[in-house]
Amino acid sequence: MYIIIVGGGGVGYYLAKALLEEDHEVLIIEQNPAIAETINDELGGICTRGDGCEVITLMDAGTARADMFVAVTGEDQHNLVACQLAKHKFKVSRTIARIKNPKNATLFKKLGINVTINGTDVILEHITEEVPTHPLTHLMELPDNGMEVVEVKIPVGSASVGKAVKDLSLPAGSMLSLIIRKDQKPVVPVATTVLLAGDQVIAVTSAASEEALRAALRAS
Amino acid sequence: MKKIVIMGCGRTGARLASMLDAAGHNVTVMDVDAYSFRRLSAEFKGKALVGNGIDQEALKKAGIEGAEVFIAVTQGDNRNIMAAQIAKHIFNVPRVICRIYDPLRQEIFQTLGLETISPTTIFAEIMKQKVEG
Repeated sequence: MYIIIVGGGGVGYYLAKALLEEDHEVLIIEQNPAIAETINDELGGICTRGDGCEVITLMDAGTARADMFVAVTGEDQHNLVACQLAKHKFKVSRTIARIKNPKNATLFKKLGINVTINGTDVILEHITEEVPTHPLTHLMELPDNGMEVVEVKIPVGSASVGKAVKDLSLPAGSMLSLIIRKDQKPVVPVATTVLLAGDQVIAVTSAASEEALRAALRAS
Repeated sequence: MKKIVIMGCGRTGARLASMLDAAGHNVTVMDVDAYSFRRLSAEFKGKALVGNGIDQEALKKAGIEGAEVFIAVTQGDNRNIMAAQIAKHIFNVPRVICRIYDPLRQEIFQTLGLETISPTTIFAEIMKQKVEG
């Protein structure tokens, strides 16, 4: 795949490095000449100097033939504009933006950016995972159909404990796909699988039925 | 009288805010730097607010929710584009106008549905006319 990365800071650098190791064609667009030079010295001439929000730079980078476009500068507005240019001017099918302010996720999605990655949310989820009342952890989004993969921990005293999967009132469009139990092999749940307190349930759900899923699994 | 929020109190923003205020509109101007408010006219009766226009909370404080017009005139093209898109798509402001210096970027975001103005294009055109006069 040909992948363009805008922003050669820490995120862009290690992302490029990992992608190169998987034999992808990678180009970093970086404005700062010193950073661009370091990247070219260390990773081989994969960095071009320029503004990833300028049409001419993107044209020179061959954006029209890119399979994926990733904007990881430290500023949300630059990532937003770069991704929109890639998407609408150069018809790149997959655009990924890093965002700093979690509140911007809605806007980015409305404007057609496929995936937003937000460091703040990732850290928040790791913190809240440790909190016993934490309802549901987002593991992954499936952007093509608006579904998401989540993890729900079954608490002691939940009404779902001791119930078989078929007897749970799961919302339509939600599916339990894996149950992880302490000291046991993960179980792929079937209709008769009985839930136990402490089970970690991996489920696929739509954002709209997330709350109903949480209630079905965790309400006491 | 219209309720207008202006983001960016540089020379353009301050002048525009002062003019609209003098014309009797309800004007709020915001800027990340309080020092920029010195540019407002002495008669300015509107609100001047320190805040970042790409932050939804700051926009709410500036009264974006009831605004009829939002104008983005900071020095940064991308900042203006993002603030304008927030005003249009998140807060549904009826009229959103955005300055974009880069003519190519201006063209693209115009076709994507933003009302945009490129001073670069306009000024170059005026200069050309003067020369060819």
